[in-house]
Amino acid sequence: MEKILEVQGLKKTFQLSAKQQKIEKTKEKFKAAVNDLSFTAYRGEVFGLLGPNGAGKTTTLRMLATLIRPDQGDALLDGSSVVKEPEAVRRKIGFLTSELKLEEFFTPNYLFGFFADLHGVSAEEKQQRRERLFSRFGIDKFAEVKVGNLSTGMKQKVSLVISLVHDPDVIIFDEPTNGLDVLTAKVVTDFLMDLKNQGKTIIVSTHIFSLIEKICDRVGIIIDGRMAECDSLEAVCAGKSLEERFFELYEEKVGKIE
Amino acid sequence: MKKDMLTIIKKEFARFFGDRRMVFITVLMPGLMIYILYTFMGKGLMREFSTDDAYVASAYVQNMPEELSSALRGLSVEWAELAEGETEAAKAAVTAREADMVLVFPADFSAVVAEYEVSDGAAPNVEIYYNSTEAESAKLYNVVGRVLDVYEQSMANKFDVNAGSGTYDLASEKDATGQMFAMMLPLLLMTFLFSGCSSIAPEAIAGEKERGTIATLLVTPMKRSALALGKIISLSAIALLAGLSSFLGTMLSLPNLMGGAETGMDASVYVLSDYLLLLGIILTTVLVLVALMSIISACAKNIKEAGTANAPLMIVSMAVSLSTMFGGTGEKNLGLFCIPLYNSAQCMHGIFSFQYVPGQIVVTIVSNLVCALLLAWVLTRLFNSEKVMFAK
Repeated sequence: MEKILEVQGLKKTFQLSAKQQKIEKTKEKFKAAVNDLSFTAYRGEVFGLLGPNGAGKTTTLRMLATLIRPDQGDALLDGSSVVKEPEAVRRKIGFLTSELKLEEFFTPNYLFGFFADLHGVSAEEKQQRRERLFSRFGIDKFAEVKVGNLSTGMKQKVSLVISLVHDPDVIIFDEPTNGLDVLTAKVVTDFLMDLKNQGKTIIVSTHIFSLIEKICDRVGIIIDGRMAECDSLEAVCAGKSLEERFFELYEEKVGKIE
Repeated sequence: MKKDMLTIIKKEFARFFGDRRMVFITVLMPGLMIYILYTFMGKGLMREFSTDDAYVASAYVQNMPEELSSALRGLSVEWAELAEGETEAAKAAVTAREADMVLVFPADFSAVVAEYEVSDGAAPNVEIYYNSTEAESAKLYNVVGRVLDVYEQSMANKFDVNAGSGTYDLASEKDATGQMFAMMLPLLLMTFLFSGCSSIAPEAIAGEKERGTIATLLVTPMKRSALALGKIISLSAIALLAGLSSFLGTMLSLPNLMGGAETGMDASVYVLSDYLLLLGIILTTVLVLVALMSIISACAKNIKEAGTANAPLMIVSMAVSLSTMFGGTGEKNLGLFCIPLYNSAQCMHGIFSFQYVPGQIVVTIVSNLVCALLLAWVLTRLFNSEKVMFAK
């Protein structure tokens, strides 16, 4: 199997504000959100990052998307370093997270064209992809409606389509079904399966066990910024359900859940 | 990079010009409001202080002396003789705007004045009662005052100053207009440019941060410098439009404010080359202002914070513009024209007063461009800084 993503000892530390120190019940001024994290993803697979809130999943994905720089370590994405060649990495990935928003003044149609231009997509390809993706998600019905007038589900579909405007080989999704109603969540999940069948590499973070079980080939469980377990889904579960295995690992690393 | 920059510029234009309300509020309304406001103010002031030439004033006079009789009766006034004891009733008529004046001479005015010596102490007093809130009354007060002054001077006249009918102020109309424009316009223009920039820069950068839309741009392969330059250029063009609208409104309405055709003030005293130089100064000033505000906006967490942080910049901008009212013109150290904003205000003053030095204009334009590029580089660094872009 060909390695497409190689994460090597990533570390990211954030300064805690007084308010955060209070919430975390600590006097430490810094907290390592991600600590010496390493894993590998192979071309064409769906790799799931599973962990509780605050485990470091989003920080990891933001480093992979070059939105933030690691304090230590590096990640090679299809041979390009996230530290040294962030623009090359951004050209190869599609990134979707709830923190990335679309300008509400514009229509899906305009935004698709705008982001396609920024990714250097040719006019012909742009038109073909627009037709295919808009029809796949039913966006053509509201293609000329301003994003500000769309529902959360519609907005998520538009964000998803825009993250794929340049037909990237590696797609990074941070909690892709978070906050969606069941119908839109199913559309998104089905689309992830489609992408998998097309041979795309997908890195997805979530805390939803069923999503991991449904679409992932391999899984990495992150607890407190460290990789607790990383292997194929079968190997990680070792005959148990993913949920059981996750809590077992959690209690092993952190202690009894109260 | 050029292609990405153009894409950003096109998007910013689409965002701005696609919103008719924003175009009206930012570009059309300031110029229109200034024109309407200044024109109405000018007309109102003219109406307040102008008088009707055909008007015949009505006034009361007591003890009118023979020597002044012909001068006073030669005025367009209907004089009514006032007997002793009727003064208070006449004064009440002036207050009620039923009469324009009450003029009271001491009894035997001519004899008392003739006998008076300065060493005697208090001089004979002529009382003129009028109503300052009534234009015709105020005018009559001035006219009668002048008649009395002339009479007083004629009694001990040794020499006159500018008593002839010739024009003694040798300043050309062009210079006089230039002086007036140069005194007021640099401050107004800098204010308009500042408000034009501040109405769009915080929204376009701090607003995008606040809404989370800038992060979406940052995950595209576009260079951060393309994003920074694209933002600065598009915002400058929009701010320039807003500033020009205010400027046009001012240039067209200022003569109305100053008294219209009567004063001879007219923006046509400036020729094309003056306007081109002014445009060069305005363009580069807008670039500097937008770049400064973009940096402030990039560091701010939201639009509100950016607006607050822009306040000190506004004070600096106003202060340097005010300096043109007192500093005079002409030869100044060229090094001073490397200071952004100060150089712009000084050049505007020079252009409006027809006293600019070409070297000063060149240094100003070049230094403003260099400054804008440096600030664009700083903005690029800020766009690269996760602490700045993702500060919560």
